[in-house]
Amino acid sequence: MTEIRKNYVRPLDIKHGQVDMAHGSGGRAMAQLIEELFARHLGNEYLAQGDDGALLPYPGEGRLVMATDSHVVSPLFFPGGDIGCLSVHGTINDVAMMGARPLYLSAGFILEEGFKFADLARIVQSMAEAARAAGVPVVTGDTKVVERGKGDGVFITTTGVGIVAPGNELSGRCARPGDVILVSGTLGDHGMAIMAERESLGFESPIVSDTAALHGLIETMRASGADIHVLRDPTRGGLATTLNEIARQSGVGMMLLEKDLPVKPAVNAACEFLGLDPLYVANEGKLVAICAEPDADKLLAAMRNHPLGMDAAVVGRVHEDPHHFVQMTTAFGGKRIVDWLSGEQLPRIC
Amino acid sequence: MKYIDEYRDGEVAQTLAAAIRAEADPARSYHFMEFCGGHTHAISRYGVSDLLPPNVKMIHGPGCPVCVLPIGRVDQAIRLALEQGVTLCTYGDCLRVPASDALSLMKAKARGGDIRMVYSSADAVTLAQKNPDKQIVFFAIGFETTTPPTAVAIKQAAALGLKNFSVLCCHVLTPSAISSILESPEVRQWGTVPLDGFIGPAHVSTIIGSRPYEFFAEEYRKPVVIAGFEPLDVMQAIKMLIRQVNEGRAEVENEFARAVSRDGNLKAQQLVAEVFEMRKAFEWRGLNVLPYSALRIRSQFAEFDAEKRFPLAYASVPDHKACECGAILRGVKRPQDCKIFGNVCTPENPVGSCMVSSEGACAAHYTYGRYKDVA
Repeated sequence: MTEIRKNYVRPLDIKHGQVDMAHGSGGRAMAQLIEELFARHLGNEYLAQGDDGALLPYPGEGRLVMATDSHVVSPLFFPGGDIGCLSVHGTINDVAMMGARPLYLSAGFILEEGFKFADLARIVQSMAEAARAAGVPVVTGDTKVVERGKGDGVFITTTGVGIVAPGNELSGRCARPGDVILVSGTLGDHGMAIMAERESLGFESPIVSDTAALHGLIETMRASGADIHVLRDPTRGGLATTLNEIARQSGVGMMLLEKDLPVKPAVNAACEFLGLDPLYVANEGKLVAICAEPDADKLLAAMRNHPLGMDAAVVGRVHEDPHHFVQMTTAFGGKRIVDWLSGEQLPRIC
Repeated sequence: MKYIDEYRDGEVAQTLAAAIRAEADPARSYHFMEFCGGHTHAISRYGVSDLLPPNVKMIHGPGCPVCVLPIGRVDQAIRLALEQGVTLCTYGDCLRVPASDALSLMKAKARGGDIRMVYSSADAVTLAQKNPDKQIVFFAIGFETTTPPTAVAIKQAAALGLKNFSVLCCHVLTPSAISSILESPEVRQWGTVPLDGFIGPAHVSTIIGSRPYEFFAEEYRKPVVIAGFEPLDVMQAIKMLIRQVNEGRAEVENEFARAVSRDGNLKAQQLVAEVFEMRKAFEWRGLNVLPYSALRIRSQFAEFDAEKRFPLAYASVPDHKACECGAILRGVKRPQDCKIFGNVCTPENPVGSCMVSSEGACAAHYTYGRYKDVA
């Protein structure tokens, strides 16, 4: 960031101002926006270098993991979070699910002309808090502005880099027949929190998004010594879609027990009301772990000891199946497939 | 969830399953049709068939609102959005029903049509109030359950004096569909579709009551048990049907007494009668043109009738040649008997309407039960 703010520069009006096309022009207005809003909140020694990229210390032994995630959530602010902290948590989690320790983030902003600085400031502050809490700084970024009507307020793309110690790599390809499937907590909280705010459904609910960075929980899980084969965060498409991805990657089948799936009563009720299935609703602070059978109890105990894993549960098992079906024994006593999400989950009619 | 979990209890299900096994005569088989998509969905989602003895078979009926919607009607809705530039509102599942020219409402939306999903007809009225410069059309589909809310919306629009709200009315009637199945040659003459009784609709019956089914029980000698949409409701109804068959009775029984009375919801019926009248004929997907099987808007409310407000001639469009939806809706074939099931026709790219809604027989079998076909 260059020191452009001299006596003759009028400060950004964060309270009443709005993004205009000049803020994406690459000129003085953009530099001012970066300095007074982004750098002010997100600031750290790397960002302060002010170059086109960040010069970072080489993290040492191990392999690098890189992941990227674009965030286009609507509404931008929802119970339990906003697009800012979500964009930090989402990418940290993607890096962490690879078995890596997340180190750095980049953030790209696409702003819509007319977007209020006040809202942008709230979002950037929330990002900064999330990054600080996670110990993962935003070290470089980019800002673009699109004309009014061509964006939805703000889109944020974050990229994360992490390092994975030799032998600690994880992949969705490593589930083996006999393995045990665990989830770190209740399902569907984020998706239903968003749904309740959106669609002008007009129902009030106590449901709060679970958005959280999970690398701390993963460290605790790793420290337990359990033989973890797969970690994955069941975001869009929910647990059902995530398990189908893993089943296909690993070439296995799975059997879930419906009665053991943790779902909050309020989420269950909202899903019931809208004709949705919590298995397909997004999570932003939950993970699926697949581990060797003898270590399941140890891993479950470790998860439950961490604040983000208090409601962890064993929900099923991996078995051999050439068709890679994810199936479920229903609480009712029957069996059924838990299929990929097809299209968007639409409410049923009657 | 209080008052819901009780009807999904696994232990009670086991007890009931044992009772069904005890009731069913191993020397014969039983074929029951669940009319409603809601029942089809419950049976598949909870795995009810796994709890039934092998000689008790369920046949999926035509009671899924989007499944019976003919292509021509969806075409009309698409034309309204793309050619007349209206804002078209409808219920969720309806967006994916395949129509002509490889379109659906969802695909028409991608082509620039202003098509919105609403949760209730009242939302469409609100939209009209808020956008006085836009024509808002509510694409009204469904059986008797969704009809009263459409009537309310029309009356509301009349009271508000809205000039930009209208309804493309495609509401259909359950008893006509049941008659059509009972009158079909497969059931009546050839006996190729064995049918020992019906599970009667849940939500529809809360409106129309149990009385309309009495005719079927008497005239066609088929037992009817009205059941709720929870899995234990379905199992209890199956047990009651088996008992009727065993005792040679053909009566209307009501398992869903907590919500359904003999006369139904008189206030709702009155509302519907005030706003709608019978169409002489209406095309159904799979069941062809059925006389007096659907509703249209009375002339008194003609200004809210999209078919009168816009140039909308109806053109019947045949189904895809290989699609067996028609036979599946009549219970003549099962989803897995269709050549294009699961290969050409999938939930992502539905060819037939039964693959659209999770209440459709094909979508339910694909989504919940197809593992049974590979074993």
